[in-house]
Amino acid sequence: MTAPLLSIEGVSVDLPTPRGPLRAVDNVDLSLAPGRTLGVVGESGCGKTMLSRAILQLLPKRARLSGRVMFAGRDLASLPAEALRRLRGPELAVVFQDPMTSLNPVLTVGTQIIETLQAHLGMDAAAAAARGAELLAAVGIPAPAQRLRQYPHQLSGGMRQRVAIAIALSCEPKLLIADEPTTALDVTVQAQILDLLAREQQRRHMAMILITHDLGVVAGRTDEVAVMYAGRIVERAPTLKLFARMRMPYTEALLAAIPKLDSPPHTPLPAIAGRPPDPTRPLAGCSFAPRCRYADGRCRAAKPPLADPERAGTLYACWHPLGVSEAASA
Amino acid sequence: MAVLEIEGDTALVSPVRKRRRAGGLFLAAVAWIVLIGLAAALAGVLPIQSPTDLDMLARREPPSAEHWLGTDQLGRDMLARLIYGARISLTVGLLAPVIGVSVGGCLGMLAGYFRGRFETLTVGGVDVLLAFPPLVFALAVTAYLGQSVLNITLVIGVLGIPAFTRVARAVTLSLSEREFVTAARALGATHARILLRELLPNVALPLLAFFLLGVAVSIVVEGALSFLGLGVPPPAPSWGSMIGEGRESLDIAPWLAFLPALFMFLSVLAFNIVGDTLRALTDPRPGTL
Repeated sequence: MTAPLLSIEGVSVDLPTPRGPLRAVDNVDLSLAPGRTLGVVGESGCGKTMLSRAILQLLPKRARLSGRVMFAGRDLASLPAEALRRLRGPELAVVFQDPMTSLNPVLTVGTQIIETLQAHLGMDAAAAAARGAELLAAVGIPAPAQRLRQYPHQLSGGMRQRVAIAIALSCEPKLLIADEPTTALDVTVQAQILDLLAREQQRRHMAMILITHDLGVVAGRTDEVAVMYAGRIVERAPTLKLFARMRMPYTEALLAAIPKLDSPPHTPLPAIAGRPPDPTRPLAGCSFAPRCRYADGRCRAAKPPLADPERAGTLYACWHPLGVSEAASA
Repeated sequence: MAVLEIEGDTALVSPVRKRRRAGGLFLAAVAWIVLIGLAAALAGVLPIQSPTDLDMLARREPPSAEHWLGTDQLGRDMLARLIYGARISLTVGLLAPVIGVSVGGCLGMLAGYFRGRFETLTVGGVDVLLAFPPLVFALAVTAYLGQSVLNITLVIGVLGIPAFTRVARAVTLSLSEREFVTAARALGATHARILLRELLPNVALPLLAFFLLGVAVSIVVEGALSFLGLGVPPPAPSWGSMIGEGRESLDIAPWLAFLPALFMFLSVLAFNIVGDTLRALTDPRPGTL
């Protein structure tokens, strides 16, 4: 087992709100080895994006971060601003959800790629322009030399996301965080972008965190999956194991909510009833208990720890895991 | 139903017609600005008479072959005075907003980007400057530092800083929330780089449009100050002081006041039209949502 590239220990993020502090990320532990991919899955507002911002140290100014974010042996949270700045780009990079807003509208695509290359790799203008065109070609953009001279609004959404990926990849980062990279895109383009990310990840042997609300997205493209709910990780397992034997009722409910092609017409799509708990008022018990059909008094009274009672590599936080008899889990 | 149809028709047709008309207006405005600008710049070499030579025998003469636009109450050539007046009006009109846009733009962008205490201080300072009576400020400066083009420009420029600060800050505030700024930070961009390369090109367009409106306002303010006798000292002509002097003979020689008023009106209108058109062109930028 190689040393982890990224290891997060007990990371919590608190945001001040008029109704009191909001715990957006609650005591999350994660680790990621070089060249591996981790999927982070959860519904809107579960803290996925805040977790990614915590790793990148790009939290809003008001937010308070606790815990340690170790990246390549350094604690990012205590790194001086200048050292952190040098890390971003060549080591850490990110692809955002919405390519409409993540590119500067008044600069050409070329300017945005070329300046990144010049700033980080010290290339001269001509070399950077050539490399920029190569990068655009690598992310599947036809006629890259012409595209370099175009503005973001002249490109389609999928093209823009490819450009954003090209910029993120430009300095050969060791870790790429893709924060819902396909949510703002057309369904037909989504698979292309995900395949592109997977291909580049393999080719460059970089570690990747793929954040999404869609279990289907992580299924074929990640080594490990962490399911988040209300700021906590509720189940974490190697991808194959997770889909073969999920333990957490929330994961099951998420999977059930994906429409299936082979179900007969007019089959009602099971939705998860209710809504996530108010994050400013933490529950005493399991935060999924109010929506869980297996919940009982114990679930409402005590928070289940994230643990691996079966010693099978699957961590879950549940008192009544699926497919495990009561006797075994107790 | 017929009424509805007609309304539908006009709604469909009018935007096109409006745009075409605005295009013609825009060109006319640009042409006027170029004409006045060239005349002012080349006033020294143009075959016009001296703006300060008196001719007491030909006072308040109507337009003639010798004096194309007549003479004023001291027998000075009106055309020459209008052109030399344009020099002062345009100098003050262009330089004063430059002061405003450079100082106000910097303050506003820094305040909008860094927020915190600096923003509080800047906004507070700007509010103080806004609340200060501009005429008292102009009086105080010209009384202590003397009446000169430089001082007038400084006064009008400083008075314009608050507006530019507010525009720059508002635009920067909304842009700083955009993901491309976070994306630049995630790529390791320094604050200076984000301000200059990411934000400035976005802030520059609305500021430029506002700058042109500032030019129009500055011309009017310079005229008003000159009219009140706080402007450029005589005998140097300025449109405002010419209106002020012409006021005395409105009944017998109305063109003495109306001609400079017309020049000022057309210039201000032209700068407003150009500014508005540029703003309309730059505001609904595609893909900035």
